[in-house]
Amino acid sequence: MTTSTTATTSATSSSTTPPASRGGASTDLGHKARGRAFKDQLARVVMWGAFLLALVPLVWILWTVGSKGYHLLLDAQWWGNSQRGITARREGGGAVHAIQGTLIQGLTTALISVPIGILTAIYLVEYGRGRLAKVVSFMVDILTGVPSIVAGLFIYALWVTTFKFQRVGFAVCLALVLLMIPVVVRSTEEMLKLVPNELREASYALGVPKWKTIMRVVLPTAFSGIVTGVLLGLARVMGETAPLLILGPYTKSIANDLFGGLMPTLPTMINQDRTESLQPAVDRMWAAALTLILLVLLLNIAGRVVSRFGSVKK
Amino acid sequence: MSSVTGVSLADETPGPHGSAPLSGDGAGTGRLGDRLFGGAAKGAGIFVIALVTLVGVFLLWQAIPAIANDKASFLTSREWSVNDSNNLRFGIVELLWTTVTASAIAMLIAVPVGVAVALFITQYAPTWLSRPAASLIDLLAAVPSIVFGIWGLRTFGPVFEPVQNFLRDHLGWIPLFSDANISGGSTILFVGIVLAIMVLPIVTALSREVFAQTPITHREGALALGATKWEMIRISVLPFGKPGVISAAMLGLGRALGETIAVTIILSTLPDGAKWTFSLLNGGETFASRIANNAAEFDTPQKAGAFIAAGLVLFILTFVVNAIARIVIDRRKAFSE
Repeated sequence: MTTSTTATTSATSSSTTPPASRGGASTDLGHKARGRAFKDQLARVVMWGAFLLALVPLVWILWTVGSKGYHLLLDAQWWGNSQRGITARREGGGAVHAIQGTLIQGLTTALISVPIGILTAIYLVEYGRGRLAKVVSFMVDILTGVPSIVAGLFIYALWVTTFKFQRVGFAVCLALVLLMIPVVVRSTEEMLKLVPNELREASYALGVPKWKTIMRVVLPTAFSGIVTGVLLGLARVMGETAPLLILGPYTKSIANDLFGGLMPTLPTMINQDRTESLQPAVDRMWAAALTLILLVLLLNIAGRVVSRFGSVKK
Repeated sequence: MSSVTGVSLADETPGPHGSAPLSGDGAGTGRLGDRLFGGAAKGAGIFVIALVTLVGVFLLWQAIPAIANDKASFLTSREWSVNDSNNLRFGIVELLWTTVTASAIAMLIAVPVGVAVALFITQYAPTWLSRPAASLIDLLAAVPSIVFGIWGLRTFGPVFEPVQNFLRDHLGWIPLFSDANISGGSTILFVGIVLAIMVLPIVTALSREVFAQTPITHREGALALGATKWEMIRISVLPFGKPGVISAAMLGLGRALGETIAVTIILSTLPDGAKWTFSLLNGGETFASRIANNAAEFDTPQKAGAFIAAGLVLFILTFVVNAIARIVIDRRKAFSE
């Protein structure tokens, strides 16, 4: 805390030369001007303080998880073994089963939600006018706000209670699709709106049909932005836990079958190990959390890099 | 103007002979490829509508039998016993209290701090810092919620405990801070604070966007009249951004109401028949955490029905909150151009 206050004051004094000199010039206006200058300074300090305050949890979380989890990640076992046959009492084993499950479910989710999301965005930007488009756009907003546990409950009500299927990996994917579609729609929509209309009109003028214009001109122009949206959406669903509690119970062995048996994932692995009090399990919990954070951050950074280097040029 | 959206200017100008403007797919050729592709896009849009409707309908359909068999009052009872399917007794009033109070605490903290951070990024930060600062705050949104949960319980909780004890010892005469015998770091108050950290990036992101759109003429006008930077922000940036901030707060609230795993991990559950208090230093369960805590026991439809009913109430709550956010921001769009 002390470090942040000193940082605030030093940063303030260095960046406020112009207002300070202005305040100095108007001292003869009496205490009212000084009061205003003081409020101005106070506001500046408060804004810097709020920003530094917001950084505290970020740094703290990354530090906690990083320092407690890194040593298991340095072990080759972590990336090569599963937890099969390893009790909470025993050290060792890896997270490859959970990493694999998270990746398989994430990719399957993306495979389903990306086409639907992009088509919906195309509809909203290129085709939709009037009432229907307004309703679709409203529903996308509502979908953005659907709590993940409700998405899980909905798929439970559909998949297990109505169709009498088992709880399997694919049911989890369906719940995650619900959460990923709105992210893809919104980001794709923003990107399509940035594509200059002159490009479309030039294409029409050459006699190209609308669908081919969209496929060959509009989508390629907006491609990098769409990739960014997909990566950010993927990062969101891979970190989700709530639907997995309902639909995807944990198991310690490697499982590749989306349609039969249990499928372990990183969030459920953390959730399993957090209930244990023995040190080996606690260590694995932090290591799994660090692995998950790294995976999600990697996707985020990749998304940002793609958007930085390939944004729509006017 | 013409490159704002995919709409062609020709779509909006009146047709020949004074007929109405072309509507909808003005540029389509009507050939097979166009009809297929346009149909697919429209189909995807309709699919999204159907999806949201289905969520509501399915939850309602599964919740109604359970609510009909409920021997206690669904809206006002504090009971929750669903193991005997012939004698279901459950009510949501306690869940509603915990959910709403924890979210309210989160908003009380996250909105002022989030707005201040957004102002910092758009108005105060030096140019070189503004982009990285925004990315850093966005990173906070990327941290999975289960990580917030284990960090909150194991690392932040023990640090927060003295604060909580101080409140209990010195402000215990206020019902909100009365002692409820819950160990620190797993109370409603603490969950509210962790939720505040989780929704902060959401509030910041949207506020930042609207603050950045404040017309430069408004800002320079204020400065030219002799306003200090803070006065300029108060009279031009904040009023312009107000609808955006309300909207951002609503989106954050929606997120806080529905947050599951972090709340489940941190908040300590109460035993059956625990005494009712208004204390923020008490434990409890939110809608989402009650569902999550019992997810392993969804075996009979009646039992699951009670939890689905709780999920339905949560869905309705977030639906309303998000709809308000949407309406507020739409209204702003209508006036700002």
